Amino acid sequence: MTTLVWIVLPYLCLAVFVAGHVWRWRHDQFGWTTHTSQLLENRLLRLASPLFHLGALGVIGGHAMGLVVPASLTEKIGISEHLYHLTAVWGGTVTGAMLVAGLALLIARRFVNGRVRRVTTTMDKVLYTALAVMVALGMTATVGTNLLGEGYDYRETIAVWFRGIFWFQPDPALMSGAPLVYQLHAIGGFLLLALWPFTRLVHVWSAPLAYLWRPYVVYRARRGAVPAAQPTPAAVRDRAHLPISSGRA
Amino acid sequence: MKIRAQVAMVMNLDKCIGCHTCSVTCKQTWTNRDGTEYVWFNNVETKPGIGYPKHYEDQDRWHGGWQLDDKGRLKLRSGGRLKRLSRLFANPDLPSIDDYYEPATFDKDILVNAPAGLKDTPVKRPHSALTGEPMAVTWGANWEDSLGGAHEHAGGDPNIARMPSEAAAKVKFEFEKTFMFHLPRICEHCLNPACVSACPSGAMYKREEDGIVLVDQDRCRGWRMCVSACPYKKVYVNHTTGKAEKCTFCFPRIEAGQPTICSETCVGRLRYLGIVLYDEDAVLAAASVADERDLLDAQRAVFLDPADPAVRQAAREAGMPPDWLDAAERSPVWRLISEYQVALPLHPEYRTLPMVWYIPPLSPVLDAVGQAGRDDTDADDVFHTIRDLRIPVEYLAELFTAGDVEAVAGVLMKLAAMRSYMRARTLDGTVATDLLDGIGMTADQVEAMYRLLAVAKYDERYVIPVAHTKDAAALEAQAAAHPDCALDCAGGPGMTTEATVQSFHLVDGDEVRPGRPGLLSRRADGRRGLTINPLRGRS
Repeated sequence: MTTLVWIVLPYLCLAVFVAGHVWRWRHDQFGWTTHTSQLLENRLLRLASPLFHLGALGVIGGHAMGLVVPASLTEKIGISEHLYHLTAVWGGTVTGAMLVAGLALLIARRFVNGRVRRVTTTMDKVLYTALAVMVALGMTATVGTNLLGEGYDYRETIAVWFRGIFWFQPDPALMSGAPLVYQLHAIGGFLLLALWPFTRLVHVWSAPLAYLWRPYVVYRARRGAVPAAQPTPAAVRDRAHLPISSGRA
Repeated sequence: MKIRAQVAMVMNLDKCIGCHTCSVTCKQTWTNRDGTEYVWFNNVETKPGIGYPKHYEDQDRWHGGWQLDDKGRLKLRSGGRLKRLSRLFANPDLPSIDDYYEPATFDKDILVNAPAGLKDTPVKRPHSALTGEPMAVTWGANWEDSLGGAHEHAGGDPNIARMPSEAAAKVKFEFEKTFMFHLPRICEHCLNPACVSACPSGAMYKREEDGIVLVDQDRCRGWRMCVSACPYKKVYVNHTTGKAEKCTFCFPRIEAGQPTICSETCVGRLRYLGIVLYDEDAVLAAASVADERDLLDAQRAVFLDPADPAVRQAAREAGMPPDWLDAAERSPVWRLISEYQVALPLHPEYRTLPMVWYIPPLSPVLDAVGQAGRDDTDADDVFHTIRDLRIPVEYLAELFTAGDVEAVAGVLMKLAAMRSYMRARTLDGTVATDLLDGIGMTADQVEAMYRLLAVAKYDERYVIPVAHTKDAAALEAQAAAHPDCALDCAGGPGMTTEATVQSFHLVDGDEVRPGRPGLLSRRADGRRGLTINPLRGRS
């Protein structure tokens, strides 16, 4: 069971993540969009969307810091465990709170505004549910366990297991001892990755950074063949007026 | 010098009767799909009026187009590149659907399928095309048609706000004291397009061959910066697909040598289509001239004379096909813009160098002549009235010359002189060259201009060279293999034009599926049509 959950599932999810993106990129460029609904509802979105996105960027940065950077490295460059813990807990709480507020408003907007509700797809609903569950678990771990509770040093267990996945040496024993909320959050995280390529989340990979250095006006040559020239109305009319005999001759 | 050809349009506003045929045929051709209910690539608005979307000309509010920064460099009014990226999450300049209008549809089924027991005779009622709920229609793309509601709204016309106050005070919205004209609008296919420049994905582009500005539907990621950057608000969000769409200048027709559908069906025959040669390297400098009122002449200077041997030589060296050069020489657009100089760009002060130009309407001026007790057939009287009665010349100046009254008055005088000259010529054969002294045109030029404006046939109004492909031989072989084939039959040339067929996802194999979005963005109910409950709210 532990092997299944902590080894098979992550690799399966990562495989779906990669293969899904390749498939979507090749077959659904037309559907690859942020799917903006700002046109339909502006007032709530102008508050909720920046909150959500900036919160999410902070949270993703925090996860990278906690999972990818080994504890030994932060100690080596002179960051004490206490300082790291303060940064992680408070940074996580603040950006997490932004994320929660933003997500709550965005979800409420989907319910309250009939125009937005009607353009909400099934996949949007799945995505919002998944995000809400993930954020709830994450905030329980950060606020419930680390800020208010006795704390849990995930850098010695979860982070090591997580990095192990990429060295192809994941140690499931590290995970089986973790608190339930962390376990669920980790499983949910991989499931979210598997869901990612099939949702509007793909727009993340299209963050338009190249805009910063490209020329303003883009010129492009026409591709593909062109339609055949069409006769003018006068030519059609003249042809229609030809005597029948001349047509036979 | 980098020679390019641009397909451009001129509209003669004197001839527009506001029949909206252009809008309707355009909508039937391009935007009769889910998500584009509110979209009019071509719309006709009544001026004075606030327009569609509401107040779109108020750039203090929408921040569309370009402006010069403190150092005189050209930059988008909505800010630089970093600022724009910082607003990806929520674009503060984006109009909401209510700034356009809430699209409505009607529950016509109730007229034939009404259940027994209704107390009242069933009538069809409007339902929102966005939500399916019953709604009251309170605005539309041509709500102000022929000054409808002008006494309430038209005072908010941004052009009036910019006029000198004493001239603005003379604009009245009382019956018999007002003036009006129709303004058909499509995408301007600018030489310096703000929408293309604001597109973070690089999905929007200007075609090298004919200057048509398009959105690559496969590369658009829905960042919606083009919508707010376009000062004419002629790029729209399709709220079903989540992508930007805009007037395509009917490129599949233009490529085949046919006029756009709005031109083809124009009842007043007021549209002219042709190509203009221009120097791409001169565009930036022209758009950056310090004084807004110099923009008109600066843009004219970007255009190249197709009769100039040096220009022809350079164009040939750049690989321009000979029939394109001939078309440029016969172009009615070039003649109206540069030779006769009677066409003017819409809002040159946006610095986008628009390529749909307008011959300003003389009719409201002639009305004013009559009201002033003068003779509207006497060119002298018309001249005086144009000078004295600054209505609506100042208004026209805000639209077409960045407020330069002399430039608009000059065009109106040419038109008035042409009428007087041709009247004398037709009535008694007099060649009244004295009428032409003030306008700097020869009798031959005036007669040629008269012919172009009054009696020009289809072939003279639309001079559109067919598109060439590098693989022309293969195409001809394909066309020969399908002699009966129009654009759209299987294997026909139209089928290989990706942007028309595949990118809009109109055709999937044999199945036509209008407007269906991507596989993963289907709506919850799996249906594309709107769900309307016609019994809702009925007793």
